[in-house]
Amino acid sequence: MESINNLINSGAVTDVLFYVFAALTLLCGILVIVNPFSRNPVTSAMFLVLTIISMSGLFVLLHAFFLAAVQIIVYAGAVLVLFVFVIMLLDLKEEQRRKIKFFGFIMGVIAVGGILSAFVKSMASVTPSSDNPKLEGDTVSLGHLLFTNYTLPFEVVSVLLLVAMIGVILLSKKKLE
Amino acid sequence: MQVGLHHYLTVSILLFCLGLLGVILRRNLLVIYMSLELMLNAANLALVSFSRFNDKLDGQVLVFFIITVAAAEVAVGLALIVALFRKRQSAHVEDLTSMKL
Repeated sequence: MESINNLINSGAVTDVLFYVFAALTLLCGILVIVNPFSRNPVTSAMFLVLTIISMSGLFVLLHAFFLAAVQIIVYAGAVLVLFVFVIMLLDLKEEQRRKIKFFGFIMGVIAVGGILSAFVKSMASVTPSSDNPKLEGDTVSLGHLLFTNYTLPFEVVSVLLLVAMIGVILLSKKKLE
Repeated sequence: MQVGLHHYLTVSILLFCLGLLGVILRRNLLVIYMSLELMLNAANLALVSFSRFNDKLDGQVLVFFIITVAAAEVAVGLALIVALFRKRQSAHVEDLTSMKL
């Protein structure tokens, strides 16, 4: 029992959990965009759910408990349901393999490589201000900040949601006039 | 070696590049949209880890707003895709070339 407590306090368990969740996130992310088994968008959506759930595991490891819950409720619960619903509405046939244009493929890989190298370069100059962070992202402190310093953005976001709702209703009408 | 800021940033960068690759290479509108969500999530992960390792909660508030805006964006975007599909009977970017000169 004591050895288990020591193991938890030394941070070895959270380190192992980080590698597990990171590997799961990246693996499912790869399966979202290139799935060797199926070209069906439904499989992509299912792997996106797995990516998001393992990412909320990473959020828990970063002590952002509220955001981890929001991530699962909003993304896995609402956004992905919307995706699956639209896939059902569109009634897509199994996508036939079309030839990827060679020129486009090369240019895409070059663009991604350029952005990757820029990111890696800028990451080398980043230093964390504390090695032993104490910050807790619990609901109370986050809500306090949201309703003191960030009241105006909070209200603006509510207007944005209203506008988006009206826009969606207008767009999905049968006849636009 | 203890897991620190750089580990999380590496995961975030790789996930962002994966999403970008998906946006560029895939031809299905819905899968392109899912790759966009992947990129947004990668940015969220970077923001949360920055906020954790700099002892400031503001990054997490920003992530909260990003999640809200992303939900609104997905709703509008999917409505656009449905409207487009009704007109063209296709969700394939190569079939949507009427704006081409």
